Order: sequence, then structure tokens, then C-alpha cells
Amino acid sequence: MNFFLQLVVTGLALGMVYALVAIGFVIILKCSNAFNIAQGHFVLIGGYLGYTFLVPFGLPIWASLILAIAVAVVMGLLIERLAIRPLVGQPELAMIMMTIALATVLEGLATLIWGGEYKTYHGVLPTVTLKLGQISIPPESLIGLIVSVVTVALLMALFRYTKIGLAMRATAEDLQVVQSVGIKATTVYAVSWVIACVVGVIGGMLLGGVSGVMIPLAEIGLKAFAVVLLGGVNSIGGAIVAGIILGVLENVAAGYLDPLLPGGGLAQIFPFIVMIIVLIFRPYGLFGLVRIERI
Amino acid sequence: MLEVNNIEVVYMSVIQVLRGVSLEVGDGKIVALLGANGAGKTTTLKAISGMLKTEEGEVTVGTINFDGKRLDRYGPEAIAGMGISQAMEGRRVLEHLTVEENLLVGAYCRKDRAGVKEDLEVVFDYFPKVKHLRRRVSGYLSGGEQQMLVIGRALMARPKLMLLDEPSLGLAPLMVQDIYEIIKRINADQKMAILLVEQNARAALGIADYGYVMENGRVALGGPADKLRDNEDVREFYLGLSAVGSKKSYRDVKHYHRRKRWLA
Ligand SMILES: Nc1ncnc2c1ncn2[C@@H]1O[C@H](COP(=O)(O)OP(=O)(O)OP(=O)(O)O)[C@@H](O)[C@H]1O
Ligand SMILES: [Mg+2]
Repeated sequence: MNFFLQLVVTGLALGMVYALVAIGFVIILKCSNAFNIAQGHFVLIGGYLGYTFLVPFGLPIWASLILAIAVAVVMGLLIERLAIRPLVGQPELAMIMMTIALATVLEGLATLIWGGEYKTYHGVLPTVTLKLGQISIPPESLIGLIVSVVTVALLMALFRYTKIGLAMRATAEDLQVVQSVGIKATTVYAVSWVIACVVGVIGGMLLGGVSGVMIPLAEIGLKAFAVVLLGGVNSIGGAIVAGIILGVLENVAAGYLDPLLPGGGLAQIFPFIVMIIVLIFRPYGLFGLVRIERI
Repeated sequence: MLEVNNIEVVYMSVIQVLRGVSLEVGDGKIVALLGANGAGKTTTLKAISGMLKTEEGEVTVGTINFDGKRLDRYGPEAIAGMGISQAMEGRRVLEHLTVEENLLVGAYCRKDRAGVKEDLEVVFDYFPKVKHLRRRVSGYLSGGEQQMLVIGRALMARPKLMLLDEPSLGLAPLMVQDIYEIIKRINADQKMAILLVEQNARAALGIADYGYVMENGRVALGGPADKLRDNEDVREFYLGLSAVGSKKSYRDVKHYHRRKRWLA
């Protein structure tokens, strides 16, 4: 039983990080109507940034986090200005192609700067372990949980209570209406890409602490995609719930199933199996935005 | 305040839709723009509001002047900032936002918070129904309520000129009357100029000071609203009143030709 609870708690932390990355995905999907293929590559960059600030620079974790976020903001602004803005008003396919190009460029950059090698900073994280009764929460899970919960809460507040949040939600529904009231669409896009980069980079830092960083970390984007499909493509709340479900399932599967199979890849594909089964029964995902139809 | 001078509009560089449209809206006036489906009324509004540019449309010839500025050189966001707000065709509410959020989107670019709050009350005063629904998700409002919301949203920008595209579309006759009374009140209270596109010529000419009739991308007719109401062509084709029995002369022949032209 304790083993199970242990898996659930660490899975929860993992799931919140998935949710965080998935929110980035949803935001771009909502405002630009494009699947951002590069979302996983933001995660990759985040992992390497975490390594760079924590290990060679030797900075404390909070300073590393702030610096990584600052880099992410600049990255988001550059991406919007150089790659996305020229495509506004072009077919959505062009946007998707651009995100593929972006993914390739980011991967190339990661290889160029960090040699694409395996880096880990597990060792430099604080070693506090939180004990909850019989369960102990390892530091990377604890940090992951705190940082991702705080970030998600801040984002939700941003969408709900700020002016730019209102503009983002409005843009997701009708770009022309938004332009007709004088809201600059480019500002909304820039903020969306900055958020997508920031959540990706934060997610990358958190995951890198658990699993280390290497080019395949970008595949987390695929998992975020699964989370988004499971939650319902345009629902942020859905992404959070689905992220947690997949994180917990993956962890529990890893704990119980992997010892049974030599090689143990089952945990990795398990979330996708769940996704496929759910989508068969609920094609719009668990919480797809209700299409408002009045008759 | 607004002058459209002989503009031509082309979509996607090949489809010519407007072939020389001129019209004028004076300070505080209501001007009706009438015409059959596809005549180019909506396109004219989009040319004014700059919305054309988001649809691969372009003003190729002619100018649009608003308070001394060449509108055809600006994008929709900038034009909105100059005090023109558009209620687009087809009740474009932001469905998943609440009624109040929809209205606040309309006031997005205003800096005077107190004024925005006041105007929220002003809109609620014009549309008491909307006030009751303020926390409701707007996608579930009835068609008439949505139309009120869209007009309210355009008002929230406190514009100098409001462009209304078919506010009576799909509304029951009583509702049309209500909405038109309110449009008239808004115009009178706020000294706001209104350019009103309509199929419902009777309603539009009922409140307008001036009217234009469009046909095939051109302005075919223009004049004071009361004159237009009496004009035979308008009476016959827009008000559904035919002048049977009156004046049968060469004018009938001419009329026949005109009719062909109208229907072409
Ligand atoms: N984005 C576009 N691209 C190409 N053609 C367009 C576009 N928008 C409108 N048109 C064409 O321009 C013509 C005029 O359209 P417009 O919408 O201005 O007519 P309208 O007078 O508003 O008609 P209605 O009363 O039906 O709303 C139509 O033939 C239409 O097919
Ligand atoms: Mg129209």
C-alpha cells in the first residue's frame, strides 16, 4: 500500500509537470490554431538551461529558475517576431510547418551549444526529503510539485483576472472581433508564445532534474500532445486533469509492470494506450470545450 | 466626418467587388446603406474599418477620410483607436465569455476605468435585458439578446462613428422595432454618428437622416431618407410597395430597364 501511495505521489508531481507543458500547447492551439510541434523542444532547452545554471554556473535553484524564465521570455518574443508574425493570416498548415522548422532549429541549437550530450544535475538539488507518514517525497518531486502548482495557479489567475488574459481568451474565439475593438493581435500572440516557452522551459528544468537531459527529452512534447488530446484539445482545465492522470498512471505502471517485463518500456507507452482508449469513447477528450450550439 | 471617395475593392488581387463607391457620413448623423445580397455593403464597411486587410481584400482605387486621416492606410486596430467601432454581421459574440466580459472586450483600449464602468451602466440602461444576463455565458443567449450584446460591445468603445451591419438580421418584427428605437436613442443621446447597413429598408430609412442604395458594387442612388422612402424604385424593391395605377408613361419603360439593372 505504501509503495502504491509513493508511486501516486511522485506520479502526481510528474503529472503536474506534464500538465504545465501541455498548457503551453493548448495556448498556442487556442490562439494560433496550430499544433506547436516545438513545444517539446522548449522542454529540451529548459533542461539544458537548468543544467547550465545549476552545474557550471553553480547558481542556487531559485536563481537558476528565474534566469531560465528570463531566457524563455526572450526566446518567446524572438520566435513570435521572427517566425510567427510573418505567418499571421496565412493558412494554418504554414504555421504548423513553421513549428516543425522551429523544432529542428532548437534541436540544432541544443546540439551546437551543449553537444547534445547527456547532462544531469540530480546531484546538486537540495536533499531534503519530505516525510508524510510512511511515504517519503523525494526532493525533485517536491520541487516539481511546488513549482508547477504555483505556475499553473499564476497562469489561471492571469487568464481569469487580467486584461491581457481577457484579450487572450477573446482572441481564441474570434480574431476579427478582437481586432475590431483595437486589441493588437501581435501583442496577444507574443504573450502566448512567451507563455508557451516559459512553461516549456520550467517543465524542462523540472524533468531534467528527474531524468537528466538529452535530445530525446524533446519527446516529452509528444506526451504533452497526448495529455492535450486526453483533456480535450482546447481546455486548460482538461490539460491539468489529464496531465495528472497520465503522470500517475505512468508512474504506477512503471512501479508494478516494469519489473515484470525485461527492458521495461511498458510505462512509457502506457499513457498512450490510455489515451487511445479514452479517445475511442470520447473523441473530444475528457473536457473538450462544449461546442455551443443553439437550435 | 467620414468620406468615402470613389473606392474600388479587390479581394485576393482578382475578385473586384466594389467598383466606385462614394458616400459621406456627417457628424452625429445616421446614414443607411441599403442594397441586395452581394451588393457590397459589408465590403464597404470592412473597407472603412480596415477589416478588409484581414481577409486579403484591398482598396485599390479611391480614398477613405475620417477626421482628416486616410483610413485606407491603417490597419483595423489603429482605426478602432481613432473612434470607429464596428458591430459585424452575424452577431459575433465571444461565445465562451460571459456577457460582461464581452462588453469589457469592447472597452479594452480605453484607459479611463471610471468611464468604462459608467458606460457599462449606460449599456445596461439601453438594454436592461442584457443587465440581467451579465454573468451568463454569452453563447447561450437568444439571437436578439446576442444582437443587443454586440451593439453594446461596439458602444463600450465610446466611438465617434459606429458601423452596424444588419442589426435586424433574423429578428422578430417587434425585436427589430426595439433595436431600432435604441439605435435612434443612442444616436440622439451620445451624438454618435452611425452608418447602418440593412436589408430592412423600411426600418433603416425610418430612423436614418440620409440613405444610399448599392447595386453591384456601386452606389446607385443616394438622398435624404424621406426622399428615398418616396422614391419609386426603393418603394418597389425595398419596401415592397408597388406603384400600380400611378403615373403610367414613358417612365414605365425606363422603369423596366431599371428593374433589369437592379436585378442583374
Ligand atoms: N473575403 C472575400 N473574398 C472574396 N469575395 C468576397 C469576400 N467577401 C465578400 N466577397 C464577395 O463580394 C461580394 C459582396 O459581398 P458583401 O458581403 O459585401 O455583400 P453584402 O452587400 O454585404 O451582402 P449581404 O446583404 O448578403 O450581406 C459578394 O459577391 C461576395 O461573394
Ligand atoms: Mg453583408
